[in-house]
Amino acid sequence: MSTGGVGPDGAGAGAAGMRAGVGVGVGVDADAVSAGVLSLSYRLNIDGVRRAVADARIEESLLTVLRERLGVTAVKDACEQGRCGSCSVLLDDRLVLACTVLAADAVDARVVTVAGLGAGGPAADIQAAFLEHGAVQCGFCTPGMVVAVTDLLGRRPSADEDEIRDALAGNVCRCTGYGRIIAAVRDVQASRAQAATTTGTVRWANGA
Amino acid sequence: MGERRMTGEAGMTGRIGVTGGCRGVGRSEPRPDGVSKVEGLFSYVGDLSVPGMLHARTLRSPHPRARIRRLDTAAAAALPGVAAVVTAADVPGLATYGLIVSDQPVFAAAETRYAGEPVAAVAAVDAATARRALAAIEVEYEPLPPLVDPERALEPGAELVHPDGNVFRKITLRHGDPAVEGSVVVEDSYVVGMQDQAFLAPEAALVVPAADGGVDLWVATQWLHSDREQIAACLGLPEALVRLELAGIGGAFGGREDVTLQIHGALLALATGSPVRIAYDRVESFLGHPHRHPARMWFRHTATPAGDLVSVQARVVMDGGAYASSSPAVLANAVTHAAGPYRVPHARLDGLVVRTNNPPCGAMRGFGVPQVAFGHEAQMDRLADRLGMDPVALRVRNALVPGDVLPTGQVLGPPLPAREAIEAVAARPLPPRLTDDTPRTARPGGRAAGAPISRIRRGVGYALGYKNLLFSEGMDDSSTARIRLALDDAGQPFATVHSACSEVGQGFVTIAGQIARTELGVERIELLPADTRVGSAGSTSASRQTWMSGGAVRGACVAVVDRLLARVARALGLPAEVVESPRRALVIDEGEIIGAETGTRLALTEALAAGPVEAEYTFHHRRTTALDEHGQGDPHVAFAAAAHRAVVDVDPDLGLVRVVALALAQDCGTVINPLSLRGQVEGGTAQGLGLAVMEELVTVGGVVTNPTLHDYLLPTAADVPALDFVALTYPHPDSPYGAKGVGETPTCTATAAIVAAIRDAVGRDLRRVPVRPVDLVDLADRDDWDDRDEPVDAAPAASADRPDAADRPDVVDRPDVVDRPDVVDRPDVVDRPEVVLREGHR
Ligand code: FES
Ligand code: FES
Repeated sequence: MSTGGVGPDGAGAGAAGMRAGVGVGVGVDADAVSAGVLSLSYRLNIDGVRRAVADARIEESLLTVLRERLGVTAVKDACEQGRCGSCSVLLDDRLVLACTVLAADAVDARVVTVAGLGAGGPAADIQAAFLEHGAVQCGFCTPGMVVAVTDLLGRRPSADEDEIRDALAGNVCRCTGYGRIIAAVRDVQASRAQAATTTGTVRWANGA
Repeated sequence: MGERRMTGEAGMTGRIGVTGGCRGVGRSEPRPDGVSKVEGLFSYVGDLSVPGMLHARTLRSPHPRARIRRLDTAAAAALPGVAAVVTAADVPGLATYGLIVSDQPVFAAAETRYAGEPVAAVAAVDAATARRALAAIEVEYEPLPPLVDPERALEPGAELVHPDGNVFRKITLRHGDPAVEGSVVVEDSYVVGMQDQAFLAPEAALVVPAADGGVDLWVATQWLHSDREQIAACLGLPEALVRLELAGIGGAFGGREDVTLQIHGALLALATGSPVRIAYDRVESFLGHPHRHPARMWFRHTATPAGDLVSVQARVVMDGGAYASSSPAVLANAVTHAAGPYRVPHARLDGLVVRTNNPPCGAMRGFGVPQVAFGHEAQMDRLADRLGMDPVALRVRNALVPGDVLPTGQVLGPPLPAREAIEAVAARPLPPRLTDDTPRTARPGGRAAGAPISRIRRGVGYALGYKNLLFSEGMDDSSTARIRLALDDAGQPFATVHSACSEVGQGFVTIAGQIARTELGVERIELLPADTRVGSAGSTSASRQTWMSGGAVRGACVAVVDRLLARVARALGLPAEVVESPRRALVIDEGEIIGAETGTRLALTEALAAGPVEAEYTFHHRRTTALDEHGQGDPHVAFAAAAHRAVVDVDPDLGLVRVVALALAQDCGTVINPLSLRGQVEGGTAQGLGLAVMEELVTVGGVVTNPTLHDYLLPTAADVPALDFVALTYPHPDSPYGAKGVGETPTCTATAAIVAAIRDAVGRDLRRVPVRPVDLVDLADRDDWDDRDEPVDAAPAASADRPDAADRPDVVDRPDVVDRPDVVDRPDVVDRPEVVLREGHR
């Protein structure tokens, strides 16, 4: 790859450049024009960074814009039908499937992907537990699963196993049979509870 | 790929670089690619891109069988943004490809043989433009009546689906005396529906045309070198000009063993001179790769009144669909495993895998064994019932032990703890009964559960099975690995491992590091990307990579150590016979070379200062033989056994099943990585659960009606219970460290055990999987329900007292089981939008 090299799609720029070269732009999309569909330019807040989206068709999903226009490949695409959970992201702290949200509807919202949750963030211990407990095989479900677990434990820190299984039922994993994923979640709950107890003790000690 | 090495580039080698402490074989070492996977940084094949890349999509036949009268791509090619359209006319080399038999056209030319068969492919500036171009391709089809019933395809005078004929393979296995039977007889027929691998990451490939006229491909395949051979032949290029590198793979389970979009992408890259990313969406993924074979099976088991099996007869008819894929090998597995892991003195096992206009079927986890295990285990329960015996006791009594003779005549080698497996699961504690306090989420149907607790019925079921490991029937599916031991920039020893073994999620990258660390005693191991610059590792299938590529890595490490020690011995001026076999005097231990007798003590760093040491090793398993005309031989390298116990609750009003608990005892050999082992057996069990109660790709007149994750149900976290797992760890004498492959065996027994538990709960025969709600409730008028694939009598037309008649499948004529041909032309069936028919002419 003398021109650059294969890597994670960083590639909005490359794709745009290519379009210009061939003389095709979204704005002149014949079908789109005849269908009366407009293209839009807007900005999205992805993991705390403002990203510009130029000339996107209005019907493009958040998943399409993230992956194909912005090169955010940490969000996975296994069905585009709202049926697998691999595209799970947080939209203003709410768990959503990026394939079922219009990107243009996310303009004023905070979009958080798995990449924005780790490294000292709210999912760092979840990610560590996934590794330690063998909850990752092919890993294709993992980014979405980590986001869903982050959401669940944020809302229901002491959910029991049935509730955890129920809450994660929208995230399909074909490899693991879920056993190690559940083990990882239980472990995170235990260590968070432990940490909370310790903190509570310290606070009480300070208060005394 | 020469100058295009990706070493050091983000997301490529970084994803598999192995680092970490000095831990080795037997430890729960974490995955080297785990951190990048949990952070979302790992690059899967569909995440790859290069500047100037085109996007490719595939046009598929909507008809299961049709003549292509006219194919006009001019309008599509003229659309702005379209770079190229390719069809069968543009294939410069061999027009067909295939894993075993080259019978599958790269693109359908004169005739399409299954609904979903590729007809053309388009490369355009973006995916949306490519999709519009597909719609602009004009195809005039003349639909022909498809042949979708395997029994019909076997009838004398049946139309040929393909010039090669309608039978991919027939096996007639005869063992012992066919006339001998026991006095206790059970006989019945069973049906297995079509399961899909449904790996989570849909197919994709990136193909880059090279200056030398060749192509570089980044692919998600189970077998790089087989892909290369098939791609090169179709492109009409020497293999040296077709270079493959493994990209990140999101699961496989057999579904990536066949070539799918690789050749199409390469044709487009060569036609346009541009890099091409070709990709499938979920619907195309369901249509684009071969599935698990549906099967119709008849069994007749006989035993003595004391419960000793005397004979097993079986007839297994598998639907191979339109093209061969791995059908011949799948059938051999089904037939040779049809009697299960039991001592059977007399066996007559017949198998046929048939060509139809259904979607092609090929490899999926278990490879022919889950189908027959469902049948033979249902039979064992019936036999126990007839004998008034406990089903576990019957299995224990008849379980194979090493030294027994299998129906193929093969003598079973050690170890095979089949009896221990069934005894172990039977000894596990049972889960508590439902009470009024049991939360809704833990009842059949989950949150929306219907029946009151008092009506919910509980059942317990068992299954014992075994599965062959590695390739069979005389195949020498060797694996090659290369190891280089050198000093890094900081002067510390590190090893580089190069193997073409396909990492699909199973964790070979983890154990390769563990093995290298164990053998070399160095901490830093770097795993090079799997590619075609090193010899073939064979396929990531047949539970073979831990054994085969693990054996190759170990062998190469041993050779590296030998070379290094010889060099040290030479440098120390030790006698020639020590230089010849230096391990007699020297060992590597904790980063030092030590010779007790010679008084040597040399740091590894010093020994490597003279330069790196490299070695390549090719591992072969023991030789096996083909089956003779009576199905006799020594076909399988080794086996692993497993037993499941399932506990289910059934809501009889709504026909809902909840699998409450699963216990598994499995023959694992030496455990290389306990954590990986657990992940494999839990995942394998979940796929067996899917086949038992929810997963089926439904075809009507040859057309898949549910190719979406909306309509094809996959087990979720709410469906799969925790697994109570017992590992039986008897080392195998021939494998590296005594390990056995573990991924497939649990898939073979989970389905059978779960259905046995449902039978126990509801008292119905349940001769078909997946078990559907309609199979469990009393419907006043069953005619309301589409009965096209109800359990049927799949027996040979002749009864068992006419032994030779079983050899004549052509006399079977069962109008009640054939797919109704009138369905085929109903436009509302064939053209239903959710089937996503990409027909050009509108
Ligand atoms: S890709 Fe969004 S749910 Fe599957
Ligand atoms: S790890 Fe492969 S899909 Fe979950």
